[in-house]
Amino acid sequence: MPRSDLADDARRVMSADKAAVSRALNVVEDRRPESHARVADLLAALKDAPKAQGGHRVGLTGPPGVGKSTLTSALARALRQRGRTVGVVAVDPSSVRSGGSLLGDRARMSFDPTDAGLFVRSLATAGEVGGLAYAANSAVRVLAAAYDVVVVETTGVGQSEIDIVHVADTVTLVIQPGSGDVLQFLKAGIMEIPDILVVNKADHEELAKRAVADLRGALRTAQAAGASSAADSGWETPIVATSATKGTGIDALIDNLDAHRKHIEATLDDRRRSGEVQWALELFRRKHGEHGISALGGISKLRGRAEQDLDGGQTPLRLCEQLSREYLATLGKR
Amino acid sequence: MAEYGRRERDKPWIMRTYAGHSTAAASNELYRTNLAKGQTGLSVAFDLPTQTGYDADEPLARGEVGKVGTPISHLGDMRALFEGLPLDQMNTSMTINATAVWLLSLYIAAAEDQGVDHHVLRGTTQNDIIKEYLSRGTYIFPPAASMRLTTDLITYTVDEVPKWNPINICSYHLQEAGATPTQELAYALVTAIGVLDAVKATGRIPDGEFGKVVGRMSFFVNAGIRFIEEMCKMRAFVELWDRVTQERYKVTDPKERRFRYGIQVNSLGLTEQQPENNIIRIVLEMLAVTLSKDARARAIQLPAWNEALGLPRPWDQQWSLRAQQILAYETDLLEYADLFTGGEVVQAKTNELVEAAWDEVQEVLKRGGAVEAVETGYIKQKLVESNAARLRAIETGDQVVVGVNKYVEGEPSPLTENLEEAILTVDPEVDARQREALARWKETRDGAAVKKALAELRRVAKTDESIMVPSIAAAHAGVTTGEWAHTLREVWGEYRAPTGVSGATTKTSGTGAAAKAVERLRNRLHDLEARMGRRPKLLVGKPGLDGHSNGAEQIAIKARDVGFDVVYEGIRVSPAQIVASALEEGVHLIGLSILSGSHLALVPEVMQKLREAGLTDVPVVVGGIIPDADAARLRREGVAAVYTPKDFELDQIMSDLIDLVDRQHAAE
Repeated sequence: MPRSDLADDARRVMSADKAAVSRALNVVEDRRPESHARVADLLAALKDAPKAQGGHRVGLTGPPGVGKSTLTSALARALRQRGRTVGVVAVDPSSVRSGGSLLGDRARMSFDPTDAGLFVRSLATAGEVGGLAYAANSAVRVLAAAYDVVVVETTGVGQSEIDIVHVADTVTLVIQPGSGDVLQFLKAGIMEIPDILVVNKADHEELAKRAVADLRGALRTAQAAGASSAADSGWETPIVATSATKGTGIDALIDNLDAHRKHIEATLDDRRRSGEVQWALELFRRKHGEHGISALGGISKLRGRAEQDLDGGQTPLRLCEQLSREYLATLGKR
Repeated sequence: MAEYGRRERDKPWIMRTYAGHSTAAASNELYRTNLAKGQTGLSVAFDLPTQTGYDADEPLARGEVGKVGTPISHLGDMRALFEGLPLDQMNTSMTINATAVWLLSLYIAAAEDQGVDHHVLRGTTQNDIIKEYLSRGTYIFPPAASMRLTTDLITYTVDEVPKWNPINICSYHLQEAGATPTQELAYALVTAIGVLDAVKATGRIPDGEFGKVVGRMSFFVNAGIRFIEEMCKMRAFVELWDRVTQERYKVTDPKERRFRYGIQVNSLGLTEQQPENNIIRIVLEMLAVTLSKDARARAIQLPAWNEALGLPRPWDQQWSLRAQQILAYETDLLEYADLFTGGEVVQAKTNELVEAAWDEVQEVLKRGGAVEAVETGYIKQKLVESNAARLRAIETGDQVVVGVNKYVEGEPSPLTENLEEAILTVDPEVDARQREALARWKETRDGAAVKKALAELRRVAKTDESIMVPSIAAAHAGVTTGEWAHTLREVWGEYRAPTGVSGATTKTSGTGAAAKAVERLRNRLHDLEARMGRRPKLLVGKPGLDGHSNGAEQIAIKARDVGFDVVYEGIRVSPAQIVASALEEGVHLIGLSILSGSHLALVPEVMQKLREAGLTDVPVVVGGIIPDADAARLRREGVAAVYTPKDFELDQIMSDLIDLVDRQHAAE
């Protein structure tokens, strides 16, 4: 795409023109090696969008069947009612064997099709470990340039969900009453403590109360064991009970999301930058493995290098490309 | 006393034809003719807006008014439907579910207008919402609210309309959605258990009288072409129901434990190819539910031979009625005691079904029961998987379908010589006329009375009082179907059921020809993906109110299996929603599925909106019961391909879809 087109397209994305947003998402989904530069250029052009500077990127994750899609739908509607525009990236598990996928999230959502302030894109994980699709990270950045709030919804729990931290300002874990395995993961420190915990399907008051109490206990155990990122910054992970089908608890969820966003305001740039560093290195690791990392001097050295480059205006995708070239050069030398 | 040999003839079953179209007046005329031909009961088909709680003047009703049944918007329509038919003498079956409470209220009000006391009314409201979530799709409210409507209707009729069958638990639609006989048995029983438990939980029925409720439960069953197994299925139903009612509900009176059922024989197996063969299938399937006296149907309705082509004409329905009459009145069937009592083969097959079904009943109960298994998608997923297996068996030829995958060569059929005239077409002006009539109705009624009735309905909806009483009052006051449903929507909200497709697994691995065909398609798609940079993405849309989602589901699963990214939104999406999804999802291809016959209204609207959104480069294909002339029209509108029931080879459809995306990519 010629530069002028790109600038024009970026401008239209920033004005939330749906056709342009959709095209931009198609571009970042393009996995052909010859398209990488174009993706990097597009993201660079969107990086300084006014919306992208502020805004709120919300990660919503949890085990299958806890009602994440319905919750996302209820959350998006409530945010629209508060006058905020919303972009949603719904990541669906993919059928690995054939490479095909069934993206069923839209079936659980009910939206006004004429609403210009709401955009939903489904992505398949394309068989990747770690829930977040290859393109999801970039897709969030595209939507963040166009909408006030971006919700990225993924399936999974435990270690596989680390990806979401790279891209979300606020990580929200959704579970339902009786999710014993989640409690165990939390207690054992297998799972990082999320910024917000949601007990969805809290239709039965008694069950919900018990679930909330169980979670409190698990959180205390986890914190006592020192497994915490959220609590370090003085943030107490709140537990919100919701019923997405009845629409209860959604306002409380938004209030907590807002409170967390406010809590991290001062450190937002750092958080996002550190997410970008991790993402760039993760992309590189997936491409070239541990060998690639050690060939370029090890993880700490690379992290320092990445921080410096990103501070200097580099974008994660371009950085990854650059590191790839350097790594391939080291192979050539031998 | 051992009964054998000739004896007094049994009373024949009630003979019905599922009928209704265009307007209440047109349907009334049809009913009178059918009764004159010797039909002994009425079976009312309502149109989709009536079934899903919309009036003719609402956007979602567009193209659907009078299509698959009669529109009934208010008491005036109900009066017209039964004009000249004394309701104290009728036995009326109404295929109505989400709005069953409302249509029964209108029926009671119409009877009272005729001077008939509602206590004497006889008939059936289908009123089975569980299978709507699973198969038929005309649900409105979330499961809890729906179950409340179901139980309100049942607890009302038990004393007020004691000869009414307040519910017809439908295994019929489960088979249509792909259920095996075991699944049909099991899921119908767990539905019945779910309903009876819910009735019990209302506390409105004194313990000593619960048998009365159990005794009014009836079933609506399917009969397929494997007619011996189907006959044994009916015997298994009798045994299992006796077990459930005795053990779970402690019903002591054997009469109240009787398995009472009506049937509609299978429509799923009717073919578009050599459609004249269908009448033979229909007769054989009827044998399954009549042959064994101990498990004989109490009411039968048969489909017409040309259902896979379009709407049947009166003559087509008459042919099916004659089949019933010949069996009941000409043959000696009704002169004998049960032919199979003591027969080892039949008993062994019956036992096998009983045990397998009982295991699955326990499995669902363990998962929290029918409602829970609907909400989690467990049952739906099982059905989708079974249907995929069935279609695969037909595609590979493992399951023979004469005229479809075997013996396909034949003489041209004189019955379909003039295909245009071999089906009924609904006057496209019906929509507008019904809207005008509705406007007149709203002008002439007492607005204050309507307001008051709706306020009372809203009040009761928020309590646990029975919704029947304010609904009957609203019917008398002139409230419309849309007003009744919207009032309750505002209180209870709407529901979107799980589609069951996301988790459905299919067996396509292995080394057989079928697996190889899939492998070839996958390779082609991977090649295309490499060239495009993005995996080809297909949007499967079901516009309109039609909830028959089998076709859409199977296309979605198959497309996923060959490697498409598939966006499936479930049933009842508007053209605007489909276009918004296509735009936001960046799809390469759109597939629309419409079985209600409203394709000529809905497809052009989708095409128009796609043009407005600048999506002229996205090819659209359409599947449904679409006559040739209509298909030609759709192609002129820009549709790339039209598929009908005769296109059973999913691999071929997939191959076409890949071609379409490939050609579009090459053009860009």
